[in-house]
Amino acid sequence: MSVVEEYQPVFTGKTLDRLREIFTRYPTKAAAMLPALWLVQEARGWVSDRSMVEVGELLGVTPAHVRGVVTFYTMFHQHPVGRNFVQVCTTSPCNLCGAEDVVQAFLEHTGARELGATSPDGAWTVTEVECLGACGFATPVLVNADFVESVTPERVPEIVRKYK
Amino acid sequence: MGFPHNPHARETVLLSQYFGDPEARSYKGWVKRGGYEALQQALAMPPAAVTDVVKESGLRGRGGAGFPTGLKWTFMPKEKDKKKPHYLCVNADESEPGTFKDREIMRWTPHALLEGTLITMHAIQADVAYIYIRGEFTEPFAVMEQALAEATAAKALGTFKIYLHKGAGAYICGEETALMSSIEGKRGNPRIKPPFPAAFGVFGMPTTINNVETLAVVPHIITHGAAWHKAMSLSSPKSTGTKLFSVCGHIQKPGNYEVTMGFPLKDLVYELAGGMRPGRTLKACIPGGSSVPILNREETERCLLDYEGCVAEGTLLGSGGVIVFDDSADMVYQIMRLARFYAHESCAQCTQCREGTAWTTKILERVLAGQGKMQDLDLLLDLAENMTGKTICVLSDSCAAPVVSGIKKFRGEFEDYIAGRRRAMVA
Ligand SMILES: Cc1cc2nc3c(=O)[nH]c(=O)nc-3n(C[C@H](O)[C@H](O)[C@H](O)COP(=O)(O)O)c2cc1C
Ligand code: SF4
Ligand code: FES
Repeated sequence: MSVVEEYQPVFTGKTLDRLREIFTRYPTKAAAMLPALWLVQEARGWVSDRSMVEVGELLGVTPAHVRGVVTFYTMFHQHPVGRNFVQVCTTSPCNLCGAEDVVQAFLEHTGARELGATSPDGAWTVTEVECLGACGFATPVLVNADFVESVTPERVPEIVRKYK
Repeated sequence: MGFPHNPHARETVLLSQYFGDPEARSYKGWVKRGGYEALQQALAMPPAAVTDVVKESGLRGRGGAGFPTGLKWTFMPKEKDKKKPHYLCVNADESEPGTFKDREIMRWTPHALLEGTLITMHAIQADVAYIYIRGEFTEPFAVMEQALAEATAAKALGTFKIYLHKGAGAYICGEETALMSSIEGKRGNPRIKPPFPAAFGVFGMPTTINNVETLAVVPHIITHGAAWHKAMSLSSPKSTGTKLFSVCGHIQKPGNYEVTMGFPLKDLVYELAGGMRPGRTLKACIPGGSSVPILNREETERCLLDYEGCVAEGTLLGSGGVIVFDDSADMVYQIMRLARFYAHESCAQCTQCREGTAWTTKILERVLAGQGKMQDLDLLLDLAENMTGKTICVLSDSCAAPVVSGIKKFRGEFEDYIAGRRRAMVA
């Protein structure tokens, strides 16, 4: 017999209160979409199909509409990712300053090995992203919500140790 | 944190005066530096008078298009319909490769942005402002959140309402109509204009959209007057004030430099930003963010940094993101990388853009892999022509700009790959 895990809603208690406060900022409920999805990702680490249904119900839009939004924005995860999510900028200006070597160093030191894949211990996912708006601080890296400037391959082991 | 350089003697520091000074971030610290006086002054003036001063100052939008700011404000309805609130959208989506100035304004002088936002709200009679900050800007977001809380507690907002809205990773949301779609909770698809935002903007209401840097200048104009701002011009009288230039790429001292409009690009690169690395020479430069045509060395050394000076060299001032390439740069690879950026960021509504950006990237990858043909260069130019001036927004044109100028000015490098004179690479 398969056990179907029951979905625990994200929006209860304090999280629901936060959403209610967000509703007051916009003239339509549907406009609370991005903030609501951010709350889901904060709570669960990613946005599941079931969470999309929940958000749709609260905002009065269809689950398909929610899915359309989730898939449009690169920062929303449609699958679980590692506990630490690393985003390295590799757009032209950073590429000129050696961003590819920073990517390689992260893949190596985190054990994630492959871009977008999660390390065997579930701790790390490393991705390349487009311009992070900090090109004068090459190479900028986002580790979860922490924005780290001027990362060189030499600094990578120390950064990885900090988040272990 | 920390700011990479002290101002150079040839900079004119208005916006960047307090970059690196943590005390300026707090409400108290800002007031101590004369902050919020311009707001009081503006609130004592009729809205139309505020707009007139800004119009007279010659200020043009710093987000990329350079549209006259005061004129844009006059497009808003003068008589307010009670059922139609006015909105201000603050564009803090800064994602144009090469540009990182709005980030520094927000993280060091958040109250400069709030004050400029409030003055503008008064001028256009806005009830609500949304500051749209890209999702990756976690630190500027936190600083702005704190500043907004302090300003609210100090009752600096009066009856105006300001909310921060966090993006979620999409370059296209910096385009003004896409930004409005995104605030409404939709996919960030640009909309066909007309209707223009001043008539039918966010939530279908009259809306003005301005860039962070544009708004941060406004308090200075109110304090010092239109004539003072207009007088800051080293070349064309149609370009006034100071401008923050973000310098990056192959350069000794990357960072933001604030200079008066009309400043020579050559001096910005060689003098203020420290020039090339030892033993290197300048090969190319993109002066206005990745969406504008590339300059070769000769053009770079001639170019004056204002709207007209850039046009004279066949490029644009854009957002002021200066990307420097020295003689070690592989222009074919760099142009492919820029094309890939646009292919990745296209919202895919228009065929020319969706197909054009993807094809351009593929052909450039093929050339790099040593499998290109000479006809590919003409094909790229053909594609670029089809991508220019034919789509809902100009992202498509932006992809074409570096490709066309790149092939024109560095054709030899493309031909080397095609003829097998340069070692192929897998990109
Ligand atoms: C694809 C695209 C991306 C853009 N990104 C930005 C941006 O990140 N920040 C910005 O201020 N303007 C951006 N713009 C320009 C805006 O559409 C708009 O012109 C600007 O925000 C208006 O403000 P301003 O008049 O104060 O410059 C972009 C335009 C396009 C076509
Ligand atoms: S030009 Fe490209 S980005 Fe702009 S609306 Fe069309 S498809 Fe979208
Ligand atoms: S190109 Fe890397 S931050 Fe802009």
